[in-house]
Amino acid sequence: MAAVVGLGATYLALTRGAAFGPLTIGSWTAWPKTGTVDADPYAQSSIARVGRLPTALGDGVAFTASADDNGRPLDGRCDVVLAGVTPAARFWTLTLYNPDGELVANSTNRFGFTSQEIVRHADGSFEIVVTPRANPGNWLPTGGIERYILVLRLYDTAVGVSTKAGREVPMPGVTVRSCP
Amino acid sequence: MIRWLLLALGGAVLGGIVHLATIIILPRTATQDAYSRLQRVAPVDAVTALPAPTPQSTPMPFMDPAFASAVCRYDLSQGPLKLSVPVSLAYTSVSFYTRYDVAYYAINDRAAGRRVIELELMTTDQHNQMPEDEDITAADRLIVESPTLTGLIAIRALAPEPGLMPMARSAIAAAKCTQAEEPK
Repeated sequence: MAAVVGLGATYLALTRGAAFGPLTIGSWTAWPKTGTVDADPYAQSSIARVGRLPTALGDGVAFTASADDNGRPLDGRCDVVLAGVTPAARFWTLTLYNPDGELVANSTNRFGFTSQEIVRHADGSFEIVVTPRANPGNWLPTGGIERYILVLRLYDTAVGVSTKAGREVPMPGVTVRSCP
Repeated sequence: MIRWLLLALGGAVLGGIVHLATIIILPRTATQDAYSRLQRVAPVDAVTALPAPTPQSTPMPFMDPAFASAVCRYDLSQGPLKLSVPVSLAYTSVSFYTRYDVAYYAINDRAAGRRVIELELMTTDQHNQMPEDEDITAADRLIVESPTLTGLIAIRALAPEPGLMPMARSAIAAAKCTQAEEPK
């Protein structure tokens, strides 16, 4: 029983990506502390399990979204719209991964956008359509996979450990426009 | 009844201990963590450019495809390390990780404020052993202390659009990470 409870809890904690001090804004979550020496044991073992290098806090902050604003998991067969603005940063990048952290093959070889590539409205806001079907404007193809993860990385930004969700840190909304 | 409750409670407490123990031990025993993956491709104390991630293969999961990246796997047991990274046009950063992939320091081109990010990496002991006058004469030397003897330095340059990737790559290719000369 002890082994089942203990290992079960460990497995759950690692697959759910549990760690202390999450910063959640809308559908987006970041763990700024994970990119510092103060990374807690949960963060450390989930990093070791996945095999990635966390974004160091002096470099930037990575926000992850795996569900839309209503909490529904992101489905690569639907049309999902990201609309809004990002917190102040010198650069940002948006990347689409499968749940294992690999890029997803598609006909245009587009795996994400950088803040310089994006086409914006006059007021600086932008709209990115994440869908398997070709789309005018900022189109991020999903390759039609079932589940995916969006990662928005802010580089050289003031967002960090002491940031609280609020007006200074606006993140783009994630809404499902249509689902076949 | 009481006995079953006690048994369940004992199981839960022991389970909690097993859980905490596995969480703490896991990073030390992981064989697929970033450091172990890079150990196979990156020699010690040299800059190794990493291939760009593609849908077919990626050196590590969750790499940012907009960046040209390279790593330097270091070992400070033979002495401090010198690192120099020329700055590319857009954004360049250098992040330091311990053997267990904990980020302990990062600097970007703007914070460095020069055309080349230059710094020295050493352990706290090596820093303490440095002659004091040397510390003063080189006040603008940037010294980073590593909490572990071995670790990783990730060097990354942003290509704001795909056409600029070759430039970002060439900036990274000129980066150097070498054993500093023995102090006389």
